[in-house]
Amino acid sequence: MDVVLLSRLQFAVATYFHFLFVPLTLGLSLLLAVMETIYVRTGNETYKSMTRFWGKLFIINFAVGVVTGITLEFQFGTNWSRYSRYVGDIFGPLLAIEATVSFFLESTFIAVWALGWDRLSPRLHCLSIWLVAAASSLSAVWILIANAWMQHPVGYVMQNGRPVLSDFLAVVAQPLALLTIAHVLAAAYVVAGFFVLGISAYQLLRNFHADLFEKSFRLALGFTLFSCLFVVVEGHMHGADLAHSQPAKLAALESHWVTQERAPIYLLAVPNQDKGGNSVELGRLPAALSILAFHRPGARVTGLRDFPPDERPPVLATFVSFRLMVTFGMAMVLLLVVVWFRRKTIRSDRLLLRSLMWAIPVPYLTCLIGWTVAEVGRQPWIVYGLMRTGQAASPVSPVQVLVSLVAFIVIYAMIGITAFWLMAAAVRKGPDQGQPGQVTKGVANA
Amino acid sequence: MLETIWFALWGILWAIYFMLDGFDLGVGMLLPFLGKGESERQEMISSITPFWDGNEVWLITAGGVTFAAFPAVYAVLFSSFYSPLMLILFGLIVRAVSIEFRNKRPGSGWRSFFDLGIFLGSFIPALLFGVAFANIFKGIPFDGEGIYYGSTVALLNPYGLAGGLFFTALFLFHGSLWVATSGNQPLQKRARSTALVLWFPLCILAVTFLILSASATTLWKNYLVNPWLLVVPIVCVAALFLSGHFVRTGALGKASLFSFVLIACAVLFGVAGLYPALLPSSLGPTFSLTIANGASSQLTLKIMLIVVVAVLPIVVAYQTWVYFLFRRKPKAAEDTAFNETEQVY
Repeated sequence: MDVVLLSRLQFAVATYFHFLFVPLTLGLSLLLAVMETIYVRTGNETYKSMTRFWGKLFIINFAVGVVTGITLEFQFGTNWSRYSRYVGDIFGPLLAIEATVSFFLESTFIAVWALGWDRLSPRLHCLSIWLVAAASSLSAVWILIANAWMQHPVGYVMQNGRPVLSDFLAVVAQPLALLTIAHVLAAAYVVAGFFVLGISAYQLLRNFHADLFEKSFRLALGFTLFSCLFVVVEGHMHGADLAHSQPAKLAALESHWVTQERAPIYLLAVPNQDKGGNSVELGRLPAALSILAFHRPGARVTGLRDFPPDERPPVLATFVSFRLMVTFGMAMVLLLVVVWFRRKTIRSDRLLLRSLMWAIPVPYLTCLIGWTVAEVGRQPWIVYGLMRTGQAASPVSPVQVLVSLVAFIVIYAMIGITAFWLMAAAVRKGPDQGQPGQVTKGVANA
Repeated sequence: MLETIWFALWGILWAIYFMLDGFDLGVGMLLPFLGKGESERQEMISSITPFWDGNEVWLITAGGVTFAAFPAVYAVLFSSFYSPLMLILFGLIVRAVSIEFRNKRPGSGWRSFFDLGIFLGSFIPALLFGVAFANIFKGIPFDGEGIYYGSTVALLNPYGLAGGLFFTALFLFHGSLWVATSGNQPLQKRARSTALVLWFPLCILAVTFLILSASATTLWKNYLVNPWLLVVPIVCVAALFLSGHFVRTGALGKASLFSFVLIACAVLFGVAGLYPALLPSSLGPTFSLTIANGASSQLTLKIMLIVVVAVLPIVVAYQTWVYFLFRRKPKAAEDTAFNETEQVY
């Protein structure tokens, strides 16, 4: 196996694993901030127990997210040094800004929050979780700007064969970056929302601290439904943007081969990369792709055949991932809408509660599939149109990469299993015993 | 000009990282030897839990700044040091999760397992960071394409090993002082004795490293040209002696303070000697990566400088506040959220 393939595998392992923890950090920090704010404003102890219960899960998740994040920053240098040297002028500062602006804030105040319950006034303590929430979302913003630049490089001029920064604002504020930020943040909120809904449903099913978990449930439901609808609407705009920024990816998403007006979508298609077409096409929806991409049935949509074969993304993987992502997304919306209309009687609706409990992995899976769409769909480019993935790897030996890849898999598997098991144990144990529902005077006025 | 400012910032960021993470790496290495029994080990870990995460961000920032300001250096350095960096990374990952997971269950087996993780995850990065930086000072064999012609084993040359042992001893000394200043119990008294015992070997290693630097590197050349730079190694030696002196007199706060200065100056000694190179090539000076051929564009350097000048003072301010917040009497019992699960099982 060659260095490029091994490095890609390693990057995939490191990134997928990292992204099992990131979305929950992004979304749950926000929900925790809301819970604690309610506690500080009303003095209702239930919200304090609630904050501490979800906080315990948050801390376990956060720790793994942080350490696996360091890997990603190192990997650009260790495994993708040619890429790093090539794009350092633009990609480097985005990572460095992420560290300076966000990571410090996040990492410092998570400790303040986790350890500072008895050392800070309630308001200051609550402020620290707001800072963590803001900082983690901000770090996502910077890294997604960097990713959007790889997807659609802007704001540069070529100098000595390398892209050199010419317009920072163009890099930071390009539409694709804004769309990606909105998409990923909202998807992260969906993950966290389903996490809270699913665990609350589990506790309601076994009638354990029902008051606390019913309140958690209510807090998360509107948030999750809104975020989920948002992802769907935004996802559509995102797809339409691809028509301009990454036409080959758009074509691969729908396995669309021939450039045409009134471009159709097929309900079922089996792409054949070698043949340059689909082996099976069933359920033609005329002009559907034109409408989705350009909002006009007569619009011309570029097909994959307009790109040389070595500039086409792996169509089957992109196409299947995209379909799965959309299907899971719609299923989640559907479930949430049903739950929303039954929210008043949810405690007696065991089937819905059980569905929510089992739905926890779905948004996680959808996020990973979503990244597959974004990253596989960009191939064969590492920087779209500028640098091929095959030219980007480090001049290291395959053995080195193979050894580190195996080590990553072993260490990450152990960490992942332990973290899951600790979180499951914390869920089963539930909130610490207090006097739920009791209002302490003083806190409300503090 | 901007390149020179960034070179200085690059060195300072690494110095800050080693100064800060140095004590928690040191505490981690000392954990199995200094902590007698569960409550003492718990106390040692509690003395670093509020800080290690924030400290490690300085590593991410130092790495990120290398990427942003000197992409060629980042690329060649990180790919040439592939295996040691991966080991450092695994060390830091294992250490972090060990600190987090250790107190989530009772049971001595569970905890000893993660104590081992904390020890190895502290020792391996401490040693290998020393090896890596000594090799940077010395120069490594790479050509104009950035292709590295050495091997991982070649990094463990005598000078590299001297650097590794020196860093390890620095962090052990630093860590023992961190524990010694955290209270007034038998643990802290033993930590102080440990610092006393460590001081002399540390001096030997420091002197060995300085002398070897004269033959293995060209670091001293800058000092001959610009004698005022000698302030750095002089302060370094002075801090070493003052730190030892204050450990003996029992003024542990001052001893600890000087060990921060010691680490910063030890790193800056090498960095100042490197200028204007960031990564010398042992295959010939034309391949060496310097501020002239390794830096980013003026626009990128300018934007980064604005960000760093605007943000880092704020970071330093809130991190200092956090140190004061948690440094007052770290009582294990108070550290609720990280440890609270232990009460209930």
